[in-house]
Amino acid sequence: MALKQTPSQTVGPFFAYGLTPEQYGYDLTSVADGAVRDDDTAGTHIRIEGRVLDGRGDVVSDAMIEIWQADAQGRYAHPDDPRGSNAGFTGFGRQGTGTDLQSRFRFDTVKPGVTEDGSAPHVSLIVFARGLPSHAYTRIYFADEAAANATDPVLSQVPAERRETLIAQRTDTSGVPTYRFDIHLQGDNETVFFDV
Amino acid sequence: MTSTPFRPRDWSSHPSFVDPRADGYRSSALRGPTKPLIPIRQSLSELTGPVYGHDSVGELDGDLTRNGRRNGEPLGERIVVTGRVLDENGRPQPNTLIEIWQANAAGRYLHKVDQHDAPIDPNFFGGGRCITDSEGRYRFYSIKPGAYPWGNHPNAWRPNHIHFSLFGPAFATRLVTQMYFPGDPLLALDPIFTGIPEAARDRLVADFSIDVTEQDFALGYVFDIVLRGRGTTPMED
Ligand SMILES: [Fe+2]
Repeated sequence: MALKQTPSQTVGPFFAYGLTPEQYGYDLTSVADGAVRDDDTAGTHIRIEGRVLDGRGDVVSDAMIEIWQADAQGRYAHPDDPRGSNAGFTGFGRQGTGTDLQSRFRFDTVKPGVTEDGSAPHVSLIVFARGLPSHAYTRIYFADEAAANATDPVLSQVPAERRETLIAQRTDTSGVPTYRFDIHLQGDNETVFFDV
Repeated sequence: MTSTPFRPRDWSSHPSFVDPRADGYRSSALRGPTKPLIPIRQSLSELTGPVYGHDSVGELDGDLTRNGRRNGEPLGERIVVTGRVLDENGRPQPNTLIEIWQANAAGRYLHKVDQHDAPIDPNFFGGGRCITDSEGRYRFYSIKPGAYPWGNHPNAWRPNHIHFSLFGPAFATRLVTQMYFPGDPLLALDPIFTGIPEAARDRLVADFSIDVTEQDFALGYVFDIVLRGRGTTPMED
């Protein structure tokens, strides 16, 4: 190992015009946003939304969430996945929590398929925020996949009493299947974060 | 398929989630996770990540001295920032997206919530991006950012810095960091910078280079970035 890793630093409070410009109304195109799918993307169209909460339970309105997921067939849009993904589906989304009145992030995407034998459908997620010197990795699993979740190798490594923090709950209030995933950075209900 | 996992995040190089110092980075106190991270085997979900190509970057995106012009040139000291993106094994990281954002020469961000009473420069946007070339090289033109005050403690000032965001080949190699300038007296006083383990801090301070400096145009700085590299043991999926 010849070189040492470059240290991480907080994304800070002013990331929006660099990383999420269109969402915040700045004059630069965004490389990604909350629209992960198109109207005609194959698969079950879903919405994932939630908030980021600090150790006091207050909402964090200057966090940035990135998600990375497979398509509905469980294939990643990346050369290391030789199966290839659905045309046009990148599987990557990015949202700041600073434009919604309730400080929610929101992704319109598709329900991911199974990526590997034995694993449950999931979305990988990174939290960045002012006050977070290094980013934090977690995963979103789906409450309506109970059977698959029961055998998922990653969920199995999580103490049973903390698994619920990784399960998005389904609510269909907006006309499209919507999964609620709140991220608790600290506290009794702290979300499980992974050393990836 | 066979793929080689990445070496772990080196926690002797990165700042901890919660700054343990009484006079440290205050807002980490309620935001950093406090329970131990749960280690997981890297699967395809971590070994892959978003792919961006040259088509995702516009012609002026890497030149912050030009991409925000309205009626003239931005004010301040022009700089060139260049370097290589490598992994821990010393391998160049080609075709990876780098996004940057920074304050203007007066220390003011364009961001709507920046309350600092310093002038906005109508000809400076402060955001840009580029893609590394086949040898992992990148280059930005910009204006040297000013220092700015913040509320961490009385008379707190952030040193001059440029925010950097990088992807690398996988979700596991994601990095957001900040580049600093050599000789800045505010570095030793900045809890965000000094929250990095001491031995690793210098890696975020760019080198001034007269060779990179462009005659009659801009001062040159070199900032190399090292992302996680793959280990040596292939993993059977
Ligand atoms: Fe900053």
